[in-house]
Amino acid sequence: MIGAWGALGFWVLATLANVWLAKRFSHNRLVQLFIPALFGVTLLVLWEGIVRGLNVSPVILPPPSMIGARIASSLPMLWTDFNQTILKGALSGYLMGCGAAVAVAVAVDRSPFLQRGLLPVGNFVAALPIVGIAPILVMWFGFDWQSKAAVVVVMVFFPVLVNMVAGLKATDALQRDQMATWSASYWQGLVKLRLPAAMPFLFNGLKIATTLALIGAIVAEFFGSPTRGMGFRISTAVGQLDLPLVWAEIAVAALAGSAFYGLVALIEKGVTFWHPSQRGRA
Amino acid sequence: MKSVLPILTVLFALVLIWYGAAIGLNAQWTRDQAARAGVEVSFSDILSDTLSQARPKLPAPHQVAVELYQSTWDEEVNGRRGIVATGTLSNRSLIYHGWVTLSATMLGFAFGTGLGILLAVGIVHSKAMDMSFMPWAIASQTVPILAIAPMVIVVLASIGIKGLIPKAIIAAYLSFFPVLVGMVKGFRAPDTMQLDLLKTYNASRFGTFWRLRLPSSVPYLFASLKVGIAAALVGTIVGELPAGASAGLGARLLSGSYYGQTIQIWAALLAAAALAAGLVVIVGVIERIVLGRMGMRS
Amino acid sequence: MKDMSSPPVIEAKGIGLIFQTDDGPVEALKDISLAIGRGEFVSFIGPSGCGKTTFLRAIAALEHPTSGTLTVNGMSPEEARRSRAYGYVFQAAGLYPWRTIAGNVQLPLEIMGFSRAERAERVRKVLDLVDLGGFGKKFPWQLSGGMQQRASIARALAFDADILLMDEPFGALDEIVRDRLNEELLKLWNETGKTIGFVTHSIPEAVYLSTKIVVMSPRPGRIADVIESPLPRERPLDIRDSPEFLEIAHRVREGLRAGHAYD
Repeated sequence: MIGAWGALGFWVLATLANVWLAKRFSHNRLVQLFIPALFGVTLLVLWEGIVRGLNVSPVILPPPSMIGARIASSLPMLWTDFNQTILKGALSGYLMGCGAAVAVAVAVDRSPFLQRGLLPVGNFVAALPIVGIAPILVMWFGFDWQSKAAVVVVMVFFPVLVNMVAGLKATDALQRDQMATWSASYWQGLVKLRLPAAMPFLFNGLKIATTLALIGAIVAEFFGSPTRGMGFRISTAVGQLDLPLVWAEIAVAALAGSAFYGLVALIEKGVTFWHPSQRGRA
Repeated sequence: MKSVLPILTVLFALVLIWYGAAIGLNAQWTRDQAARAGVEVSFSDILSDTLSQARPKLPAPHQVAVELYQSTWDEEVNGRRGIVATGTLSNRSLIYHGWVTLSATMLGFAFGTGLGILLAVGIVHSKAMDMSFMPWAIASQTVPILAIAPMVIVVLASIGIKGLIPKAIIAAYLSFFPVLVGMVKGFRAPDTMQLDLLKTYNASRFGTFWRLRLPSSVPYLFASLKVGIAAALVGTIVGELPAGASAGLGARLLSGSYYGQTIQIWAALLAAAALAAGLVVIVGVIERIVLGRMGMRS
Repeated sequence: MKDMSSPPVIEAKGIGLIFQTDDGPVEALKDISLAIGRGEFVSFIGPSGCGKTTFLRAIAALEHPTSGTLTVNGMSPEEARRSRAYGYVFQAAGLYPWRTIAGNVQLPLEIMGFSRAERAERVRKVLDLVDLGGFGKKFPWQLSGGMQQRASIARALAFDADILLMDEPFGALDEIVRDRLNEELLKLWNETGKTIGFVTHSIPEAVYLSTKIVVMSPRPGRIADVIESPLPRERPLDIRDSPEFLEIAHRVREGLRAGHAYD
């Protein structure tokens, strides 16, 4: 019980500290980082204190310290799973799917007719529960990473396609007239004007797709996989009620997801430095 | 409405590609069967066989359509276990499974949306809450939360919570974040001039919220509701995947994959797609009506 | 200075242009006949809807007249465009935010296939011409609105077309910046001897800049008056207080009012 009360006390103190900090120093960059960090730590302390203080069984919810210990002790296994699911399944599928989507968007670019048809259909498909095709693709491509990559390809394709098609249409009449006064060819207009102008839209799609890629790769493993991979490990560890291992995999997935997203956001910053949404931040 | 023809063209092209792929993917099996039987097969034989196999690699669209009809209308109206014969939905019909999925989705969606809006109100009015919580809310969208859905189901089952609730929890969780982030944006949509105007009227915080922030946030609300309801449905379906779930579209997917019933998988998939489309369309219609009444229709 | 012996650079004979809209056909231009000689500075002025921009766009082959004949350098506008006969400056600067100022100015040069060395040389020259010498490496969004519009003029000058078409280029700028840019534009015109077509709805601007003012009236767009300016080619800003200036301005105003009386 002491642990639980201690954690609650810490929570109250930390909240008061955050309220005070937010009031006094909200424009300090360090404080802007410190406040969410303290909030995160508070959640962990609360979690640890309540689980230990109330003797919650680790089968239901293991404390963070136990999860941390499990991560430390099974690094090689976590790396194997990461390699199988993220690098082989998600990343290769992501590259293929996004590449195909951009290629199709450019290919239909010359036909406004096809664009008018593709945009609503693509938007519609992007809202569908596409993960559902995972069992089919596992049947077609086998248990190994190829089927996971295939699921990822289908999942990322439509959001990226829709954004890219919208991006290629994003130039205004003035810019197109300009190109006309210079007698620019179609390809010159595409390369010099429309592709650069589409980049902010493209990266919107690419960022959404990072999360989808991880979801696709992990969920597809629930329908069959070799004896490694994050989805495989989660489903078997759940079966054995080895919850610390499940949480360890979740932590890795969360870190991988944030890192993947962060990487794409970083590239975006380099490519679309000129866009109003990027300019303010140095 | 001038995009109807292009859309139909694209859909027609998709169906054509589907048929082409079905012939291509299923032809191998036909040839293998023929070789085993020692007979020559002509192209027309392959054509007719590939489009009518019982367990094709890729069922043709009309096969899926027939399965959809049989497992909905036919099963309920003419079937021995259908609603006409027994008064309850047949557990072999997609209507029953769709209903199971839909009810969990709606329950979770309602909770997730409500919680998201409430928290957004708090965040807009408390700087400490904003600075503590928002970075995590945004970061959490980059995390493949959906992938842990089955674990939530199993763990909750181990402490005795089964059925609708665990799936609804996942659906709520998934619809919560888009709604939260969208509504924070929406409540902050009024610009400084509009806020300053209300300040000159000496409006209270509640007055400002009620008369300015809330109405301004409505377009954002509907945009995030559309994302949220689609996410809730995906969450429910993935929540139905772990072995043990016996009802719901996700369970149909899993059992289809377990028994190699490809036609059943595709039918369940299309039913899920139709459900998703229906939900998004309903939200869209409500959006048009509400925004139209408020004079905000674009 | 105007060379009356050579044929006109731009010649319109009985131009008509009808837009097909959802509400039926709209007659944007009706029976426009006009000749613009080499080295002239011609302003088009009139209320919105009078077709001044449409006419300028027709010269640039961005719109296509439905009747009459229009020649630029003795060619059709389409051919003139392909031979890069004119530079066009739009209402907004329309610079690409992902290119530096120098990169923007050399964009048409890239499209037209100039060599790298030639591009660098020309960019340097025109940036100096519009007083943006030190700003080549800046991005458009780091510059003020007036500087951006100057850069867009530099871009239109870069490939050295004989004709410069400007569609309310200073419309979005404040009065003080506008005065300065007007002065600089006159200087530029004097130095380069280009033929300029200039759309505006400011009377002082039109009178101050032009050798010829075309007053237009709306519905359908047509020419109400053509005024040959007696002002000298050298024009300090304070010429705007001279009686000659005020007299021309008065005549323009009368022309605009007459156009409105039609309604």
